[in-house]
Amino acid sequence: MNQAPPALRLRLSFTWLGLMPFVIFVLLFLILPTMHIVIGAFQTRDGSFTLQNIIDLNTGTIPSSYWISIKISFASAALGCLIGFGMAAAVVFGAVPRWIKSPLLTFSGVASNFAGVPLAFAFLATFGPVGLVTLFLRQNFGIVLQRDLGFNILSFWGLTVTYLFFQIPLMVLIITPALEGLRREWREAAEVLGATAFQYWRMVALPILFPALLGTFALLFANAFGAVATAIALTGSSLNIVPIQLYAQIRGDVLGNPNLGYAMAFGMIVVTAASNVVYILLRIRAERWLK
Amino acid sequence: MSLLTRIIGWAVLIFGLLYFFVPLGGLFEFSLRARRGVYSLDAYVRVLADPQFQATFSYSVFMALVTIVIGILIVVPTAFWVRLKMPWARPYVEFMTLLPLVIPAIVIVFGYIRLYNTSSWLPLTGSLTGTNALLAFGYTMLALPYMYRAVDTGLRTIDVATLTEAAQSLGAGWITILRRVILPNVVPAVLSGAFLTFAIVIGEFTLAALLDRPAFGPYLQRIGANKAYEPFALSVIAFGITWGCLALIQLVSRFSKMAPPRI
Repeated sequence: MNQAPPALRLRLSFTWLGLMPFVIFVLLFLILPTMHIVIGAFQTRDGSFTLQNIIDLNTGTIPSSYWISIKISFASAALGCLIGFGMAAAVVFGAVPRWIKSPLLTFSGVASNFAGVPLAFAFLATFGPVGLVTLFLRQNFGIVLQRDLGFNILSFWGLTVTYLFFQIPLMVLIITPALEGLRREWREAAEVLGATAFQYWRMVALPILFPALLGTFALLFANAFGAVATAIALTGSSLNIVPIQLYAQIRGDVLGNPNLGYAMAFGMIVVTAASNVVYILLRIRAERWLK
Repeated sequence: MSLLTRIIGWAVLIFGLLYFFVPLGGLFEFSLRARRGVYSLDAYVRVLADPQFQATFSYSVFMALVTIVIGILIVVPTAFWVRLKMPWARPYVEFMTLLPLVIPAIVIVFGYIRLYNTSSWLPLTGSLTGTNALLAFGYTMLALPYMYRAVDTGLRTIDVATLTEAAQSLGAGWITILRRVILPNVVPAVLSGAFLTFAIVIGEFTLAALLDRPAFGPYLQRIGANKAYEPFALSVIAFGITWGCLALIQLVSRFSKMAPPRI
């Protein structure tokens, strides 16, 4: 007899049933829609398999839009990492009073969720042609942002500066625990062996933090790459980045080929998924030392 | 700690704080500029009186409430069941709840539009009710990572197995256990998940715009292209709501620490 006793079989089936609402929900509204896009990226209009859509990504404005998107995501992730790391380090290593830490983390939790249409207006009102900072610089220092510094909010740097508003807090949130995981004993051991502060950082702290830093960078990169609302509200269609182009494609099939739209969306998934995989792998590696 | 590191530390921190607060200040200042030469609340008055604002805003509030209800109905039983009966499934369920953070929202909604169009097996986008339902499910999906994490953390603080057995020995069925034993015990967690969901849904743009529903986010973007000061006043309101929701989460978690567990 290779059959399980009836009571056990019944229990098993009930156990599975309890998870069914969740599984059905995730299948219907997350997995299947995404699969539909992924499969569509490898199909012709009449449904046969092809790689032509992926090859066609290399035509028209698509490569340049990926390139701009990647550059913006890279710049905002790099600057976000740098500034966020500085802020977290200032708080963790006691350059500023300790009590600042808790409000800073709470605030970062809030601000890291601030992507969206209102964020675009906040930056327009601040760095736009008649924004607060623009007027302040012009009236007090005679500096015209656009003319003297070549800064325009509706541009590459404008979008990067805006994205930094949620990138910096995200970095602070993730890197603060990692910095706190650096043990004092390691620094003391390095000092006993005659290391300078610079040597300690270069040879002990940064190598330990490296996976965490790089992993967070990947997460920030994905975060910027998928942001749609801020970009559309800020630049309209004047800046040719992937989410804006995909948005236009969904609204009106501007590429003239629905399956090319699928391929474009598929490209987005590949970029964000790859960044997240890098993040997860490096996080696991980082946790070996930082517990 | 040398003087130099202190100075650098302060400089970086102040720079970061300016980065947070100057744009918020700039936004607020700009929203008051509607009348030439003086600060006034004109933009707010005009916005609040706009019937389109009222319509889109109440639509988004309604959608947020529906999303919260769907979220609770899906997340609480699932998290409970996984903790109680299928602990081995936890990493997999957790992974699935994190997927919405990996797959961009614009890709998911693209899939919705193509998968649930009028000629498909489930033509949700064919009717108004269907599209609204699709939007609510989409929002639930966006909020899933936050809702699940909140509820799961809440369940960790109570003894799920003992509570369930106690209720079962008193003759309670699964629905009763969930509704009268588990849910009351994770109210603070559910509330923080709910407030976060509310904050996400109120300002959401991508899903509502692409499904063509009259929500607050697309309205804000649309008048941003047409009006001078109103969009800034609206953004201040949107920020205010987000802040309010997140402040409420802090408040709820603080109170729940003081309250004794309800058994």
